[in-house]
Amino acid sequence: MRWFLDNWTDIRALAWRHVWLSVIPIVLGFVIAVPIGYAARRWRLGGSTLVSIASVVYTIPSLPLLVIIPGLLGTRFLDPINVVMVLTIYAVAVMVRSAADGFASVSEAVVDAARASGYSAWQRALQVELPLAGPVLLAGVRVVSVSTVSLVTISPLVGVANLGTLFTDGYQRYFSTEIVVGIVCVVVLALLLDLLWVMLGRVAMPWLRVRGAR
Amino acid sequence: MSAVSGGLDWLATGAHWHGEDGFPHRIVEHLGYTALTVAIASAIALPLGLWIGHTGRLRGLAIAVTGALRALPTLGLLTLVVIWRGIGLTPPTVALVVLAIPPLLAGAYAGLEAVDRATVDAARAIGMTEWQVLGRVEIPLALPLILGGLRAAVLQVIATATIAAYIGLGGLGRFIIDGLAVRDYPQMVAGSLVIVALALILDGLFAVTQRALSLQR
Repeated sequence: MRWFLDNWTDIRALAWRHVWLSVIPIVLGFVIAVPIGYAARRWRLGGSTLVSIASVVYTIPSLPLLVIIPGLLGTRFLDPINVVMVLTIYAVAVMVRSAADGFASVSEAVVDAARASGYSAWQRALQVELPLAGPVLLAGVRVVSVSTVSLVTISPLVGVANLGTLFTDGYQRYFSTEIVVGIVCVVVLALLLDLLWVMLGRVAMPWLRVRGAR
Repeated sequence: MSAVSGGLDWLATGAHWHGEDGFPHRIVEHLGYTALTVAIASAIALPLGLWIGHTGRLRGLAIAVTGALRALPTLGLLTLVVIWRGIGLTPPTVALVVLAIPPLLAGAYAGLEAVDRATVDAARAIGMTEWQVLGRVEIPLALPLILGGLRAAVLQVIATATIAAYIGLGGLGRFIIDGLAVRDYPQMVAGSLVIVALALILDGLFAVTQRALSLQR
């Protein structure tokens, strides 16, 4: 505890970097994956291909991908952009599946009813299907969020500082307090972000609260 | 792109395929860590998951625990156990077992939960004991989801066993960690490509097995 307070400024700086390295991929992953998931639902044959591509991508191990990406993109090896790229790729891979499941969970009858009441294709997608797929999308975001926060911690191995730096640094100094503080900070950060997504979900989907109260 | 072709050249060099530092030996080490870890994690998680799924008890606790374990950073656990227990096989095994338990546990209890209650009741009604219900009805029906959990666990461990090299042990992570230490980028890329190939091959084997099982029924 004492060590934590003494080094508060450094830890806070690392924590902020960790937040950005996690939040950007999670948000980008969501924004990219939802249209793909929707497309996967609309065009069934192409859709199943998209979903299986996503699951193959997800099986690619992260540390090796962190090594290969700069070679492919021509970015500098120690650049944080590589970490953001790799984590976004994983986030998309996971989210595509849950987005496809989410849109599949919307009843056809409801979509037909919207069509019958004169909703255009865009309106159906944005005002009917997206909100109804919301709970499944939220569940996907929460899964991605926890794994992303945890995955960020390996990036100090390729020279990108964040809370994981407390592990590599603590290991080099053989100082367990620093590592324990790091683990606690990472878990707390994962919980806080999870809470944030749940709150955002409640704001965006107020009708779920009503159903819960019944 | 030149960096990647450098990695391919490194891969194609015959000298990198012999001896203790060669790919075959490192692949065997890597698969060895994976097998050991998944075996230990299965011995813990499968009976527990089957018990939870069969009795329906402690389900909330299981969900909370698997969620918490998933949030634990593997690198942090690894380095912490090294400081407590010293360098050896223990630190990566502990860290990777913790990683492998959540998918195995979730596969087991979710698998049993997905079995139709009417089927289980029918099995009881024709006089099966609880053990027979579990062994002859629930587990066979839950097998696809249990295997799915095993598949996820194996892939995560294969991907993460690279960090064993960080504390000086073997496995395919050596190429990445050693390459990083001397700024030998082709070596890192070569090692990375082998790990990716290994993961994809194992995933393919699981996919074939699951398909064969589902065709059988």
